[in-house]
Amino acid sequence: MNYPGDLLYTKDHEWVRFENNVAIAGITDFAQKELGDIVYLDITSLNETLNREQVFGTIEAVKTVSDLFIPVSGTVLEINQKINDAPELVNKDPYGEGWIIKIKALHEDEKKDLLSADAYKKLIGA
Amino acid sequence: MSTTALAIKATALSQKHISLGAKMVEFAGYNMPVSYSGLNDEHACVRSAMGVFDVSHMGEFILKGENALDLIQRVTSNDAAVLTDGKIQYSCLPNDKGGIVDDLLVYRIDEKTYMLVVNASNIEKDWNWIAKHNTKGVDMKNISDQTSLLAVQGPKAILALQKLTDINLSEIPYYTFKKGKFNGIDNVVVSNTGYTGAGGFELYFENEVADKMWNAIFEAGKEFGIKPIGLGARDTLRLEMGFCLYGNDIDDSTSPIEAGLGWITKFTKEFTSKATFLEQKEKGVSRKLVGIEMIDRGIPRHDYEVVDAAGNTIGKVTSGTQSPSLNKAIGMAYVKTEFAKADTEIFVKIRDKAIKAKVVKIPFYKQ
Repeated sequence: MNYPGDLLYTKDHEWVRFENNVAIAGITDFAQKELGDIVYLDITSLNETLNREQVFGTIEAVKTVSDLFIPVSGTVLEINQKINDAPELVNKDPYGEGWIIKIKALHEDEKKDLLSADAYKKLIGA
Repeated sequence: MSTTALAIKATALSQKHISLGAKMVEFAGYNMPVSYSGLNDEHACVRSAMGVFDVSHMGEFILKGENALDLIQRVTSNDAAVLTDGKIQYSCLPNDKGGIVDDLLVYRIDEKTYMLVVNASNIEKDWNWIAKHNTKGVDMKNISDQTSLLAVQGPKAILALQKLTDINLSEIPYYTFKKGKFNGIDNVVVSNTGYTGAGGFELYFENEVADKMWNAIFEAGKEFGIKPIGLGARDTLRLEMGFCLYGNDIDDSTSPIEAGLGWITKFTKEFTSKATFLEQKEKGVSRKLVGIEMIDRGIPRHDYEVVDAAGNTIGKVTSGTQSPSLNKAIGMAYVKTEFAKADTEIFVKIRDKAIKAKVVKIPFYKQ
């Protein structure tokens, strides 16, 4: 499995890429594999401001359902429309076309609490 | 996710699954493959071509003796007296409170010898239950730990398997079996059964030859696109057919009449809880297991609440999934009898929202 070194990770199996103060987030390769074939994502938090680790949506796979936790505090700016029509992108390309939301991050200093690729790999025993 | 490695049992093929890259989970105390190439892909492979499930965790008991049939008749709900040599019957073991100890298959090997095939999670419970009722000295043997079971399922299964045996597989109708030479191995039980509705066979043999059997079947199935299949797809395949899963759709507290298993509950003989079931059959039951299909977006899951339009609780989901073949969300649920008719509008509570669904006839999937 693949864990790009330029991303930051959470213990809830999400990844974050910062572009200035906008954080792009999705689920990790590990998470998509654990979930299996994804059927749809239910994200109703557009324009809402959430605290770190609050639930911003749910992800339904064939066999199971899981909550999605926002990796950093902020406002949900955008939801990836492509994954509405093609949720399998989250399985096929979790760090690319399968990104899930963009967040206007509120606290710069939360970055230091996120995990590096190596620390995340250690967490999942990869 | 933590695993207590010490307590987990392996089948003769667990190592094979790991080496093939399967995702493994603990199921009923066994280290089992839950998926290989991906659930949808595996599911489609079984429906359109063929796939192989290692279901060696299942339990097998041999009951032998003058009174074997008498014992089976008393502990099971179906009428095993109608079986002849080589025939199989789906049945259940009722408890004495009108619930179900387990569902099982009864194989008649000969007049005095039967094989019972039970769920892995219930091996000990079933054994104790049957042993308790064994008052007339039937010889009982639990061969679960030395027996491997492969379910080779799908429309191409018969073509692939025929290459490995002289037994004419087309002469083994549904729910019958033959015991014979298969892949050069004696005494393999070749059974026209399965849990998928896709056709195919189940093969019972000794653990020692498990590797040899697996390899030969994959070689024979190569030209048909054979794939190894995990328990995930096993569940979606059985659910599309509306087959009950013990622990989900039936358990110690559900009656076969409620579960739509009246067809395996025969009142022509004496058996545990007969009077209770007869009364239910005559007077009706207050809840029934039904098929449901979501109308609005949502996937029903085990234990989700079922409500009516006014929000009153009317039942509970027992199984649910996104159906890979039908590409819609389906499930099974116990609902109050007045809501059990096909096309009745019901709602499934999904994360505090009541999502519209309807009652449908099973099977969901028809070939």
